[in-house]
Formats: sequence, C-alpha cells, structure tokens
Amino acid sequence: MIPQAFAYRRANSVAEAIAILQEDSGAKLLAGGHSLLPLMKMRLANPGTLVDISGVKELRGIQRVGDEIVIGALTTHADVAKHPLIRTHLPALAEAAARIGDLQVRNRGTIGGNLAHADPSSDLPAVALAYDARLTVMGPAGRDVLAAEDFFLGPMVTALPDGQVISSVAVPVPASNTRSAYVKCPHPASGYAVVGVAATVTVAADGTVEHARIGVTGAADCAYRAYQVEEALVGQTASLEIIRQAAQYAAEDGSIGSDVYASEEYRRHLCCVYTERVLRKVLL
Amino acid sequence: MSTVFGQVVKRREDPRFITGRGQYTDDVQLPGMLYAAILRSPHAHARIIGIDVEAAKRAPGVVAVYTGRDLAERMGSVPTAWIPPESDLKTPPHRALAVDKVRYVGDGVAMVIADTRYAARDALDLISVQYEVLPAVVNQVEAMENGAPVLHAEAPDNVAFHWQIGNATDEVFAQAEVVVRHTIRQQRLVPNPMEPRASVAQYNPATGELTVWVTSQNPHIHRFVLSGILGIPEHRLRVVATDVGGGFGAKIAVYPDEALVAFAAMDLGRPVKWTEDRREHFLVTTHGRDHVEELELAGTRDGRIQAIRVRAYANMGAYLSTAAPGVPTILFGLIVPGPYTIPYVGVDVYGVFTNTTPTDAYRGAGRPEATYLLERMVDLYAREIRMDPVEVRRRNLIPADEFPYHTPTGLEYDSGNYHLALSRALDMADYDGFRRKQQELRAQGRHVGVGVTTYVEICGLGPSQVAGAVGFQGGLWESSTVRVHPTGKVTVFTGSSPHGQGEETTFAQIVADKLGVLVEDVEVVHGDTARISMGWGTYGSRTTPVAGSALAVALDRVLEKARRIAAHMLEVSAEDVECEDGRFYAKGAKSRSVSFQDVALQAHLAWNLPQGVEPSLEAQAFYDPANFTYSFGTHICMVEVDTDTGDVRIDRYIAVDDCGRVINPMIAEGQVHGGIVQGIGQALWEGAVYDEQGQLVTGTLMDYAMPKARFFPNFETAFTETPSPHNPLGVKGIGETGTIAATPTVVNAVLDALAPFGVREIQMPLTPERVWRSIQEGGQRS
Ligand SMILES: Cc1cc2nc3c(=O)[nH]c(=O)nc-3n(C[C@H](O)[C@H](O)[C@H](O)COP(=O)(O)OP(=O)(O)OC[C@H]3O[C@@H](n4cnc5c(N)ncnc54)[C@H](O)[C@@H]3O)c2cc1C
Repeated sequence: MIPQAFAYRRANSVAEAIAILQEDSGAKLLAGGHSLLPLMKMRLANPGTLVDISGVKELRGIQRVGDEIVIGALTTHADVAKHPLIRTHLPALAEAAARIGDLQVRNRGTIGGNLAHADPSSDLPAVALAYDARLTVMGPAGRDVLAAEDFFLGPMVTALPDGQVISSVAVPVPASNTRSAYVKCPHPASGYAVVGVAATVTVAADGTVEHARIGVTGAADCAYRAYQVEEALVGQTASLEIIRQAAQYAAEDGSIGSDVYASEEYRRHLCCVYTERVLRKVLL
Repeated sequence: MSTVFGQVVKRREDPRFITGRGQYTDDVQLPGMLYAAILRSPHAHARIIGIDVEAAKRAPGVVAVYTGRDLAERMGSVPTAWIPPESDLKTPPHRALAVDKVRYVGDGVAMVIADTRYAARDALDLISVQYEVLPAVVNQVEAMENGAPVLHAEAPDNVAFHWQIGNATDEVFAQAEVVVRHTIRQQRLVPNPMEPRASVAQYNPATGELTVWVTSQNPHIHRFVLSGILGIPEHRLRVVATDVGGGFGAKIAVYPDEALVAFAAMDLGRPVKWTEDRREHFLVTTHGRDHVEELELAGTRDGRIQAIRVRAYANMGAYLSTAAPGVPTILFGLIVPGPYTIPYVGVDVYGVFTNTTPTDAYRGAGRPEATYLLERMVDLYAREIRMDPVEVRRRNLIPADEFPYHTPTGLEYDSGNYHLALSRALDMADYDGFRRKQQELRAQGRHVGVGVTTYVEICGLGPSQVAGAVGFQGGLWESSTVRVHPTGKVTVFTGSSPHGQGEETTFAQIVADKLGVLVEDVEVVHGDTARISMGWGTYGSRTTPVAGSALAVALDRVLEKARRIAAHMLEVSAEDVECEDGRFYAKGAKSRSVSFQDVALQAHLAWNLPQGVEPSLEAQAFYDPANFTYSFGTHICMVEVDTDTGDVRIDRYIAVDDCGRVINPMIAEGQVHGGIVQGIGQALWEGAVYDEQGQLVTGTLMDYAMPKARFFPNFETAFTETPSPHNPLGVKGIGETGTIAATPTVVNAVLDALAPFGVREIQMPLTPERVWRSIQEGGQRS
C-alpha cells in the first residue's frame, strides 16, 4: 500500500490548476485526497503528478446567490453538514454529508472531489440528482455548467471533460412547500452506501404531489434518478399505499449490481425499502 | 495487607500509547538501515517456472534481491511447533520463499532489499515471474474429495492430520429419546490488530550477535524457532518485542518474513526493516477459525443432555503455522462438553490443507469454536423439546459441589459456581420480563430475541507436563524475577509478553500488594530475551494465572529474605517479625519497626547481614502450574431484527464473568468489553471470503467489516469471584472470555427473534442479506 512515485505541485488558483493540467497529461487534481490516495496506495491509480488545489480559497465556502445556494467545490463534508443555509434549505444534503464515512473523512473530503470521483457508492450523487444540482466547471476554454442529471455516466465515469475543474455546485433553493430527505444503508466496513436514496417532493395545498425527484446511489453502477417512482407519485395524493406502490419501481431505472456483500436481488429489495422509507419521511 | 489487589488503578502503559510514545517495532531506527519488500504470489496455486530479477537488481536503491532458490540451501524450513499425538500429522516443508510452487495468494516468492521502503516496493514491480497456474481449492471439505488439487506431495489427500477423542458411541445415539443433528460453518476471520506485523534485524559481524525486533507475543519462542531456521546459536540471538500493538494470536507464530529479514541482515551486514502493510496483513498474517462441523446431540425429553458428537473439518490453509494443529484439536476438542454434565462426548477432527492463508490461534483459539457449536446445539435441542433454553442449561450445568469436576475428555475443572453466574445474569437482564415483552412485541409484528450462553474456558495454559502430553513443542511454565534496588524500588522481569492487556499495571499491583510498596515504585519489564531469562509468552489466557503466579512465588521469596534481614535489624527471630503495609514489626512491639526500604538498603550494603544470608534482594521463580484453570460465566444478549432489511440491532448485552480473583476491575472489564466486541464481530460482520480461484475478496478494511464502537450499546458487566484453588493468587484468565461467549450469544438471540419464521440456521456473519433471506425462506417453509 505504497503508491508509485509522483510529482507534487500546489496550485494557488483555478487558472493555475488548469494550466498545469494542460501541460501535464499525467496530472490529476488532489482535493481532500480521501478517494484518490486510497486508489494510489493500492496502485489502482498511478498519476505522475498531483495538483493540490486544497489551498485555492476561491473554491471554498457556501453562499446564497439569488435563487441558488452555491457551494464551493472544496467545501468539506463537515462544513456542508453544519452550515445553516444547507440545514435550512437542503436538509437531505446536510444529512448525507453528515453520514459520510467518519469524522476524519468528513473533515478532509470535499463535495467537488466526491462528485468528480463518482464512486457508485458515494452519498452525494444521489442528493445532487434529487436537488437538480448544477456543476460549474472551468477549463481552458472557460466556464461551463453541467446538470447533475447528465453528469454520472458509470462507475467513476462522469461527463467532466479531461483537464477541467469543478469550481462549485449550485442548487436551486427549493420552494417552501418542498420537503427533502436522505436515507442510507451503510456498508458496515466502509460506511459507503449499499443503498442510499434522496428525495425531494413538492406537495400542493390540496395534498397532491406536484413534483418529485428521487436519486438512488449505491445500488447501481452509478447514481440514477428513479423516474418511474417519480411518475407514480406525481399527481397522486400521498398515502402509505401510494408510497408503497411507487417504491416498488425504485430499482427499475438503474443497472443494479452485485458484490460479495449484497446480491443484486437484495440490493433491488433495499432500493424499494429505502425509497419507501424516504418517501414516508417527506410525504407522511 | 494493603488493598491494591482488587482496586481500580489506571493503566500505566496508556499515557505512552495514547501520546504516540510507544516503542513499537516500526519505531526502531538504526543507522544504515535497509528496507525489505516481499513479492507475493498473485495465484493461489501455481508452479514457478522461472523468475527474472535482473531489472529489479538494477533499479535505483536496490541492494539485493533473493528468490526461493537462492535461499533453499541457506535457510531452514519454518517449523510447526504443535504436533498432537496420534494424529498422523504431516509436516511438509514450509520454505521462507517458495521454491517450486506457490500455495496461496500471498506466498512469498522473492525479497528485495533497498535503501528506502519506496525503492524496495517499486522494485517488486520489476520482477517477472513465470507461473504455470494450477487448479486451486479453498474449501476444506472439497479439498478432501477425490481428485481435488493436491498441495503437498506429503499429504496426497490434503489431510494434514486426523485427531479423535471421546467416549460417545453410536449406541448412545441410537437409544436416545431425542437426537438433534446439524451442520454449521464457523467462518474465517482476519485478526487485524491495530499494529501490523513488523521486524527489524541487526547483525554484528564482530561478535556474531543478531538482534531481532519483532511484533511477537512470545519473544523467547521466536528466539528458539528463529535460531533453528537461521542456524544461529541461541545465546547469540536476542529477540526484542517492547511494545506490541495487539496480537489476538496472530503474533504467536514465527513467520517466513521475520526469518527472511534476519537472514538478509546477516547476509548483508546491515540492519534491515520490514513492516507489513494492511493489505499484506490480510493476505499473509495467519487467519482464525474456519471450521465446518457436523454435529449430533443426544438428550432426554426432559432436558438432560446425554451426548455430543462433533466431526470438524478445520481449514489449516496452505501450511501448518506454528501452533496451528493444537487449535482445532487440544484447545477445541477437550472443551466440547463445556460447562455441562454431558457423560458422552466424541470429537473427530480433520485438519486440511487448502490454497488459502494459513490459520492459527485467534483470540480464544479453539475454545470459541467449541463454545459456539455447543451453545448452538443446546438451543436447537431446547427448541426440539419445547423447553426454555435457560431451563435446559439449568438442568445440565455442573453443580457447584461437584468441583473439581472431571470431563469425559480428561480435563479437571478446578472450581466453579456456574449457577450463580447464570442467575446473576438472568437477574440483570430481567429475563422473564423480556420473555413476556417479546410476546407482546411479536403480536405487534416486531421481532426481538434473546440469547443466553453459559460457558467455561480453558485458561492458564500450562502445566508443562500436559504441554508435552498434548504435543506442544515447548514448556508452559513461566519465569519471573523480582529485583529490589537499594532504594527499595522494584523491577520485575516477566517471561510473559503483554501486548495491550495491561499487565504492566496489574503486575505492579501484585507487587505493591505483597511488598507494601507503591505501584509507582514498580517497573514491569517484558519482551526482551536479553533482559528476561526465559518465558513462553502471552496467549491462552495464561499471563495472570501462570506468569502472575510466578511473580507471586518470587515475591514470597523476596519477602522471606527481607523478613530475615528485618529480624536481624530488629534483633528478634524471623518468626517474630510481622509485615504490614511495607513495614516489618517486632511481634508485640509495634513501636519497633523497619521499612521495606530500610531492609532493601541493608541488603545491598551488606555491612551487617544475618549469618548465611547473601547480599542483595532479588529472587527468581520458575512456576509451572498444577493444572489449567477454568474461567466461566453467562452472557445474555437482546436484539431486534428489522425484518424488512435483515438488519440486527443489539439492544442490550449483559456479561457475568468469573475469572477468579479480580486484580483490577477496570482492566478486567476492559478485557471483557474488547472480547465481546470481537466475538460479535464474528457473529455479525467479519468474514474472510475467497473466490473459487483462491483470491481473498474481502482483503481490505473497506470490504472486511471490523466492529465499530457505534455498533454497540453500553455493555452491562459484572463479576462473580470463585478463586482458583491451585495457584497462589486464586486467579483465572479474562482475556478471551468475551470472544468465547459473545458469538453464540448474539447468533442465538437472532435465531430466537426469528423463531416464528422457523429459522434454524443463518451462516455467520449474519449479514442483513442472509438474515433477510432466512426470513424469506423460513417464511415459505412454515
Ligand atoms: C474511510 C473512508 C470512508 C468513506 N466513506 C464515504 C461515504 O460513506 N460516503 C461517501 O460519499 N464517500 C465516502 N468516502 C469518500 C470521501 O467522501 C471522499 O472524500 C470523496 O469521495 C472525495 O473527495 P476528496 O476531496 O477527498 O477527493 P480526492 O480524493 O482529492 O479526489 C477524488 C477525485 O476527484 C478529482 N477531483 C477532486 N476535486 C476536483 C475538482 N474540484 N474538480 C475536478 N476533479 C476533482 C481528483 O482528481 C480525483 O480523481 C470515504 C472515504 C474514506 C477514505
């Protein structure tokens, strides 16, 4: 568990980081290091150069900008979990960040690193999907915005173009009649999600579900939106029966995987159980 | 006498551990030190066709590269040191580096020595090995089948040994009112002490002396065995294991890599260090358990157990590790009848070679396996005869007035009051109240369960005569030297080798109690063959009963001499001297006294000693116990099962243990806590899983689930104290009880919770998926 030799460079700005990535094709960004370094120690990743962006101040912090909450990519899980704006407006994100790994991991790991790494068992992708988050990315050609929905493509595969840096994650402030929550079945060894489900729902004054977004992580090769659950809810008046029926579709939109800890069949089952649980939280 | 014995004294070793000032093997830094890295087989079974090390030799920083062929003539085989009698044990050679064939993933193939740890590791990637991959077998039952891949020519059926004991006959079973049959698997576990294994060796060509620092639970055994492998005389070999960060049995064995490091240091004339990383720990440090057991219990309809019979298949891995054959035989088979008056017992054990990491002792070593199968069978029997499992235990526990009690397996239990521990635990748990509540909750669709284990444990491994009779290739006595300095401060040298258990504190308490000195004035030295004359180490819950007793005997000798000197100083006869709280008094004249310190000073000045008394104040004892000693107790666990997901939540855990006299309740309780956690680890989370090709698929801490503090409620613990009658302190062992009792307690609790579904068996670890499946399948059946 000793990594291969690598060069270490510290970037003081996003521009500098982009420049280094441009000139050195073997370079990789280093944020909290809590996904990248374990891979390097197992020699599953062998970047020639690490570009440490952890000192780039502009990438840290949480603010409200108009109708959005904007979270700097380097904001740690611990900071996300305790920030008043997040706790007030994005409780599912606060909950998910608070349940990542352990204290050390939450103090080091960053939201940008978590999304960029796109581990199929990471918590935050589910929440990013449920909140319709937008990722601001910066590259040599400038700024771009990617929807979380289009971002997760496979296990540790994302739509982030090579050489680009996620600078922030923006989430539209949910309407006051929107409720959200995150529930998780943690792996007993790693703490990662065996299954994690995030939900945001908006319920009209007459009790009908106007809008629902469900993000599921852990179960499939990457986080996915449970469209069929959403469809089964929208237009209905929430009840335990409706929730149960809708939750049955929780595994339908992902390509569900299997490993030594949990089989595909069991994971599918957990998707339904946890979807039901999260929907009971937000709808009943 | 003072009252230090039995008091809570904070662990004196902890400040240095928790401030990072321990002296662990990896902390050893020597001038000119080189670093070793070992290339390990990626295949579970393969012939080595060729190895090309040229590129590695040329790599920057590399000093030497060795292969198995280079060493075959220069190093001995790594031996097995436990040969159970009449077991037809095969001991195929275990080369430090494989020569023709690799037999498990992790088997050593080559060693690189370089200037830095990084250079050594990088050079491993430059070695190219040509393998002819052979079919592998990882399951011990399959390994015994015809046509299974053969690991060693010496054991063509892969059977390493076959051992039997007991008096149970087919007739007993044929005539029984009730026979319960069951097959269980006790999974393989990875010990995972916090400190991985490490070794540093330094050779002095001028004197021919070799010093080896190594993560060892028994430095003298390491010296004994290493001297044989390396051909270096024992008096020129010093083994040091100052601070060791946990072992759980995995640091008993003498490993190939430890011998390799020593060899390289001698060959190169420079110090060499090797430290295992966590991945290597998973692959090459011995694993524990891994039994398949076919079980039969015979009993009456009214709850009397008449016989228990076990056929066990123990997975030994690819080679027989140091103590391995003793674990599934002596330490397992003899204790199968447990705390019950079972007249007939039969144990039949096959030790089997497979293409997996060698197994050896793991906290409890054999005794947890025996306790698990017994307690599971008792519960199944209770279910069969529709009797409360506690009532079945009550009817079979050995009554307090039957001690010493002789088991059909030849053990003599020294003392016990099993019913007392059981009733204490039941009171603490409010067992009857729980049973009522369970009915109510079941009616509401909630599934709570309770498991109760009554256990007895072989502790205090010794005496040596028994060691010999059961084939352990060493003694099991212990040494202790008590050196009183001129100022009356005391240094104790113990042959045991604590590695986290807290004997630096408890042994100081024993000294303080006997001599009337302060705990602070006592230093306990362990883990260095140059400072300690001899010892057999720390394992088998033997340190306090055996080494503690050695200490007590040595202290008596010191005290006796001190009394004679005090008498001389007080001008009375030795019989007229009384000793209390560190002072010696003339009988009947309390005003005339001298302190222990005064006596110590006079002993050293030696200006005026009584006739025939030698100067100085020091005594040594070599204590061989009269018998094993037997801790026992009752553990109770209450769980709730989430039937939607299969998650198990532990609601309460109650432990009443009896380890004889308790020296330090806080430390004893700490041992119980750690033991319970480890035992529940096996029940619910831990499991080393190999795929068919022999790859360890739970080979990192991200896959292999170690217990975490947040998984547990507060434990409720208590002690009863039934002294051992045959050692001077009346003590037994406490280091393994928790691990022994906790596993069946939790599994039985879960099965109790799921009784309405007709679930009789869930394979450990009871992962949520397995629990959930058992409900689905059980539900279909009933
Ligand atoms: C023991 C342990 C337990 C864990 N448990 C959980 C868990 O329960 N749930 C969970 O979700 N996660 C878990 N994690 C992962 C943790 O959340 C990581 O911190 C996170 O996934 C990665 O963030 P990082 O800042 O550490 O990224 P790094 O490791 O520094 O980087 C990860 C990857 O993202 C890239 N990257 C980093 N920042 C950016 C950026 N701004 N723009 C573009 N690319 C970037 C890097 O180049 C690298 O490829 C755990 C980790 C550990 C070690």
